Amino acid sequence: MYVAVKGGDRAIENSQKLLAEERRGDPRIPELSLPQIQEQMALGVDRVMTEGSLYDPELAALAIKQARGDLVEAIFLLRAYRTTLPRFGAGEPLDTADMAIRRRISATYKDLPGGQLLGGSFDYTHRLLDFALAAGDERPVAEIAPDGVEAGMPRVVDILDHEGLIEFEAPDDDGEPVFDLTRESPRYPADRAARLQNLARGDEGWLLGLGYSTQRGYGNNHPFAGEIRVGEVAVEFAPEELGFPIEIGEITVTECQMINQFKGSASVPPQFTRGYGLTFGHCERKAMAMALVDRALRARDFGEATEAPAQDEEFVMAHSDNVEASGFVQHLKLPHYVDFQAELVTVRALRRKAEAAEAIPDAAE
Amino acid sequence: MPTVIPHPTASTATAAAPQRLEGYNFAYLDEQTKRMIRRALLKAVAVPGYQVPFGSREMPLPYGWGTGGIQVTAAVIGPDDTLKVIDQGADDTTNAVNIRRFFAKTAGVATTDRTVDASIIQTRHRIPETPLTEDQILVYQVPIPEPLRQLEPREAETRKMHALEEYGVMHVSLYEDIAKFGRITKSYNYPVRVNGRYVMAPSPIPKFDNPKMDRMPALQLFGAGREKRLYAVPPYTEVKSLDFEDHPFEVETWEQDCALCGAGDSYLDEVIVDDKGTRMFVCSDSDYCRERREAGHQGDGGPA
Amino acid sequence: MADTIDIRPGFADPVIESQQVFRAVLDAMARPGRIQSVPDGLTPPAPLAVGSAAFCLALADHDTPVWLAPGLRNPATLAFLRFHCGCPIVEEPESAAFAIADAAGLPALDSFAMGSDAWPETSTTVVVQVDDLQERGPLRLTGPGIETAHRLSVPGLRPGLPDEWEANRKLFPCGVDLVLVAGRRIAALPRTTTVTVGAED
Repeated sequence: MYVAVKGGDRAIENSQKLLAEERRGDPRIPELSLPQIQEQMALGVDRVMTEGSLYDPELAALAIKQARGDLVEAIFLLRAYRTTLPRFGAGEPLDTADMAIRRRISATYKDLPGGQLLGGSFDYTHRLLDFALAAGDERPVAEIAPDGVEAGMPRVVDILDHEGLIEFEAPDDDGEPVFDLTRESPRYPADRAARLQNLARGDEGWLLGLGYSTQRGYGNNHPFAGEIRVGEVAVEFAPEELGFPIEIGEITVTECQMINQFKGSASVPPQFTRGYGLTFGHCERKAMAMALVDRALRARDFGEATEAPAQDEEFVMAHSDNVEASGFVQHLKLPHYVDFQAELVTVRALRRKAEAAEAIPDAAE
Repeated sequence: MPTVIPHPTASTATAAAPQRLEGYNFAYLDEQTKRMIRRALLKAVAVPGYQVPFGSREMPLPYGWGTGGIQVTAAVIGPDDTLKVIDQGADDTTNAVNIRRFFAKTAGVATTDRTVDASIIQTRHRIPETPLTEDQILVYQVPIPEPLRQLEPREAETRKMHALEEYGVMHVSLYEDIAKFGRITKSYNYPVRVNGRYVMAPSPIPKFDNPKMDRMPALQLFGAGREKRLYAVPPYTEVKSLDFEDHPFEVETWEQDCALCGAGDSYLDEVIVDDKGTRMFVCSDSDYCRERREAGHQGDGGPA
Repeated sequence: MADTIDIRPGFADPVIESQQVFRAVLDAMARPGRIQSVPDGLTPPAPLAVGSAAFCLALADHDTPVWLAPGLRNPATLAFLRFHCGCPIVEEPESAAFAIADAAGLPALDSFAMGSDAWPETSTTVVVQVDDLQERGPLRLTGPGIETAHRLSVPGLRPGLPDEWEANRKLFPCGVDLVLVAGRRIAALPRTTTVTVGAED
C-alpha cells in the first residue's frame, strides 16, 4: 500500500513543540535564567558574541538557552538577529593600548613596562574535576592587589616598533570606507581587512586546527606570542551630524599579537612580522589561532611560498564560517530523491551496459 | 490490486493572503538589502548566465536550505503575487512547507499549490511539468552556482575562465566520461550554455528538466545565498545542455508510466512499497499528477 | 532662508511602490522593448521624468553613485535625489552606477562605465528620458527576452545611436544597459539586445 507523504505543516509544528519541551528538560529542575548563563557560562557567551558578530551578552545568553547549549546554533540565532539591525556606520578604530587591563602576558620578554599580569586563567590550573563544585554554593573571593594595575601598559609590538625591528603598520586612513564582509560578497584576492573580518567571525575549531597545522610545518611562520591582553576598551563613533567621535560604550576584548620571524627579501630587511587576532569578550584560544592564521595568510604579501592549507586564502576564508558550513553540511538531510532517482537511472543504465559487455566474452578488445 | 492512496487532493489549492507578521518589514528583508538584491538581479538579466556577486544576508533559515532563493523571492515579491513553493517537485515536502510558511507570515501573500495560479514559483531541484508562461517567474534555490567548481575549486580561477570563455576543462571532463563509460554520467545539475556564452549550473535539477529551460517564456532567476551569487535567464533565451555531436544530450526515460495518473511524459519518483524492494513510480510533480487525475486520467495503481 | 529648496515628496508607500517600480524595470529588462508603467502619483522636480524619479527612488541609495546630465542638474533635482536616495552625485559618467540624461543630453555611450570581462555587472545603467515610447515603429529588437522580434519607436534619439548601440552590444559581457523613460512609461535595452533600423515587417 502506498501512502504519499503529506502533512509537512503539522509535522513541523509538532516537531517544534517537542523541541521546546526537550529544551526545558525535566520541569522539576529549576529553569536557567539569562543572568545565570551570562555570569556562569561567560566564555560560551563570549564565543557566541564573537562568531555571531554582535556584542550583546544578554542576547547571546538567550541564544545559548534557546539553542540548548549548542553554540554553533546559538551563533546562527545571533547572526540572523544581527542581520535585521539597522547599520549606522563604522566606529572609530579601537585603541587597545588604552585598554583597562584584566590580563596581559607576553612570551617574548621576561619583564616589561606594566609587567606580566596573569589575571583569571585556566593556564596553571590542574585539570582535576572539582567535586566540591558539584556540590554547589561556592562563593570564592579573590584578593584585590593593594596598588592596582600599573597605568602605562604599552603593547609589546609598540616596543619593538621603536627599534624598527618589526614591520611598520600604518593606520589605514585613506578615507575609503572599510570593506564590510557582512554587506558585500568577498573578492579574491582579498585584502587584510576582509581576511581579518572573516577570521574574527570564523569558527574557533576551524582556526584552531589551521593555526595548529602551521606549527606542525604546514606553513610554519615561527611565531612568538608577543602579547595577549584582555580587558575593556572604549568604543567611539562619530555621528555624521556631530563630525567628531563620542564614546558610546565599553566592550571587553581579547587581543593577540603574534611576532613572527622574517628573513627579509630583496626589498625588505630582515625583521619581525605580525599576526593579529581580536575577539569580543575573553576568547584567548580563538585570538591566538586567529593570529597564527592571519600571519599564514600574509605569506603572499611577503613573497613566501603559499603551499600549505592555512596559507591558502580562498580555502581558509570560504570554509571558516560555521553558520555557512553547518547549513550546507546539514542540508544533506533535506530530500534529494529527485537527484537520487536521476543517479539510479544512470547507474542502472551503466550496469546494463557492463552486463551486456560481459555476456559477450569476445567483445573485449 | 493494492489499495492506493493517491497524493491527497490538495485541499489547500490556493490559500488567500494571510495576516502578515508584525515587527518585520514586508517580506522580511530591509529595503536597503532589497535594493541591493534588485540591482544585482537587473544586472543578472542583462548578462544572462553570469553569476553576479551580492551581499547575501543571514536569513532565519539555514544556509543550504534555500536562503538564496528566499532572498530573490523576497526582493521580487509584492502583495499581489501568488506564491508556489516546491521541493523535489512537491508542494508538501517539509522544506517547501517551511519556506511557504515564511512568506505567508512575512509577506502575507496568497500561496498556491497550482502551477497555473502562481505568479512566482520558488523551486528546489525541479521545474514544474506544466509549461510556464510569460506571466510567471521561476526562482531556483542554488547550492553551488559555479558549474566549474568541481573541476576548479578556486573562485579566482573560475572567474578568469568565465571572463575568457575558457570552457575546455568542462568539455574535457564530459568527454572523459564518454571515454570511460560510453556516455556522459552526469544526471543532475547538468551544465548548460546560456545564449551561446556563459556556461551555467542549472542547479541540481535532473537533466530531464534541462530542455524546459530553453526558450522558456517565464523569467528564470537563480539565488545562491551561501555562495553569495545571483544569476538569471531571460525569457526566450537559448539554454543548451553541453554535449558532443557523436554523443547528443539525452534525458532520462522510464519504462513505466506514473502509477497514479498514467503520465508517460513526467519525471518519476521511485517509491519502495514493501520490504522486498517492490517499487512503484509516481510523478515527482504532485500538482501535475493531481491535475491529471482530476481530469480523469488514471494509472495502473502500481505493483500488485 | 532665501535659498530654501522645496523638496518634492517621494513615494507615499516606499515599500510597496519600490517593489512595483522594480518589477516594472525587471519586466522591462527581461523583455526588451515591451513597455511597462510605474505607478502614478510622483511629482518630481522638472525636468526629471516620473519614470526616472521612480527608478531612482526604487533602486538608488548611498551605494550607487548617480550621474546627472547637465540639463537635468538643478538645485531641485539634486536636492530630491540627495534627500530621498542619499546617493552620491558624481561628476564623471564613468564613475556612475546609474546615469540619467535626456535624449538630447545623452553623452556617447562609451563615456560610461563598461564593466570588465571578469566583473561585467559594474557597468553603468543609463536612464534616458525620451518624449515618447511606442511598441511599434522603426526599431527592430531581437535577442534574449524576445520571442521573435519586438518593435519600438523612440523619437528623439540621435541618428548615430543604433551604431553606438551595436558597438556596445559587441562588448558583451561588458557594456551599458539602457532604460528608456517617457513619463510613467519605461522600456529597456539590456546589452544583449540587437537593434536594427528598418520598416515594419
